[in-house]
Amino acid sequence: MLAIYKKEMRSYFSNPIGYVFVGIFLLFAALLCSYTTILSNSYDTSLYFTLMVIAMVILIPILTMRLFSEERKMRTEQLLLTAPVSITGMVMGKFCAAFTLFLSCLAGSCINFIPLYVIAAQEKANLGYDTTNIGPVTAQIFGCLIGIILIGAAFIAIGTFISSLTENQLAAAIITIAVLIGFIGIGLFADFIDVYWIRLALGWISVLGRFSSFSAGVFDIGATVYFASLAFIFLFLTIRVYEKRRWS
Amino acid sequence: MIKIQHLTKNYGTNCAVDDISCEIGRGETVGFLGPNGAGKSTTMNILTGYLSASAGRVLIDGIDILSDPIGAKKLIGYLPEQPPVYFDMTVDEYLNFNYDLKGCTFDRKAHLNEICEVTRIGDVRRRLIKNLSKGYRQRVGVAQALIGNPPVIIFDEPTVGLDPKQIIEMRSLIRTLGKKHTVLISTHILQEVQAVCDRIVIINKGKIVADEKTENITRAVESNKRYSLKVCGNQREVLDALKSVPGICLAEAQTSKDGDAQTYIIECESGADVRKKLFFTLAQRNLAMIGLEAVGMNLEDVFISVVEQTEQAKAAEKTRYARNTTKKRELKTRETLTKELAEDLIKNAEEQRARSDDEDN
Repeated sequence: MLAIYKKEMRSYFSNPIGYVFVGIFLLFAALLCSYTTILSNSYDTSLYFTLMVIAMVILIPILTMRLFSEERKMRTEQLLLTAPVSITGMVMGKFCAAFTLFLSCLAGSCINFIPLYVIAAQEKANLGYDTTNIGPVTAQIFGCLIGIILIGAAFIAIGTFISSLTENQLAAAIITIAVLIGFIGIGLFADFIDVYWIRLALGWISVLGRFSSFSAGVFDIGATVYFASLAFIFLFLTIRVYEKRRWS
Repeated sequence: MIKIQHLTKNYGTNCAVDDISCEIGRGETVGFLGPNGAGKSTTMNILTGYLSASAGRVLIDGIDILSDPIGAKKLIGYLPEQPPVYFDMTVDEYLNFNYDLKGCTFDRKAHLNEICEVTRIGDVRRRLIKNLSKGYRQRVGVAQALIGNPPVIIFDEPTVGLDPKQIIEMRSLIRTLGKKHTVLISTHILQEVQAVCDRIVIINKGKIVADEKTENITRAVESNKRYSLKVCGNQREVLDALKSVPGICLAEAQTSKDGDAQTYIIECESGADVRKKLFFTLAQRNLAMIGLEAVGMNLEDVFISVVEQTEQAKAAEKTRYARNTTKKRELKTRETLTKELAEDLIKNAEEQRARSDDEDN
């Protein structure tokens, strides 16, 4: 598993794809953060994080599209499947590599909050007295970060699964985008439905709905379980895809 | 070392491998020979755990590939038909990745150096695999299979796409490997297995057609009935001379010419080796024979002749056995004889009933 993890990490940066992902991620993060906070005179970061979740619909497929489809196309999966490594190890190695890159980008994007704290400190100094009401809410930022990490894990698992279904990278990317839009859009769509129980069910699936409690600074255990099980299910399905292909 | 028991693989309704059983001993070099689509690659993919069998079992050194896949895969070095190399890695990176993947515990540098020397890729180790030629990629694939020094080595069509010099090198490499490892290769080229293997397993349409020592196959192939020969001189004289040789039942001239020599095709009666007689007859008549080669031995012919030969051998063995037993029987009393006969009859009847039951089911 470690060998596959290392190989994936290296291949992200021996291809343009890793650089493209890091570049676009940091660019999006910087733009969204400056527009939603500094340029709109606000310390509230919840809108920024919500927009980042939507941006991840396009960002995550860049990360996951080649994971398995490339191996299949180049026939190198034969090497991995005949090596003394379990299928679970192979899938987890790849998932962890993508997740690591995502986490490091997210950590890198945290420098966007430094200006907020600096401005807040200046404002406090200008006012001459200390007040906790001014400045970004650290609890909210941490809550959102945890939420976005969970959503990232779930999205990467979905992308990994779809990548294992096709040997065409582009198809994998497009299908992943479509599915992720579905997961995001379901919540927005739910608002237009009058039937209570359908709205409730759709709201239950909705990624953004689940995320809203994190952006309020609340650690929502239900949502945590939801995203973690989403990741688990899709990783499990990926493993099944490989098991099934052996038997077909 | 490798035990294949009643292996069957179905792709939907298409049966790729049909009830193959075979055993390969430690240190043997065995060749799977068969036309394209015979089920060679499928069998190898099952042996290496890439595919699962529909029925049957594979044991590698006593370990079932299904119940302990990781343990079995550790014993195998596999080179699939298309070398599974990553184009965006250098050769060194690729070998190191494989070293990690197989969880080896040797001295890394020495082990990789040794493998690079054996496969002669030392001079391209820093180059991207993308930029290597097909021959080098194939060798990198071989190097990958050798990492970890596995006791069983399986190569699927190792010489496809190589130039003649590389083919010779690859064959000598396989021979060297065969001294220390159990080697299984597949190919559709008869000469290749003859050159490299101790034993040949011929597969056709998913079934084992023959499983013989290489010498036996070679003998079967060489007891050929048709030859093409080039003889200088007048066509009628040559044909006369050819027909006068006992054992030749057909001789005809072809249109192709080589200087003053013409090509003739002869067919001999089965079992007769006419080559020596042919040589002396033509020499006596002052006709110079400048070429003689066997023709028409493609894989299908090999199958047929091999199957025929093995069946003949079996029949001969049976008659020998029968003769022996009758001798013994003469010594027995009449009573025991009738008893045995009755027992045989009952057994036969039972077998027949079982068979018809099976068919009914």
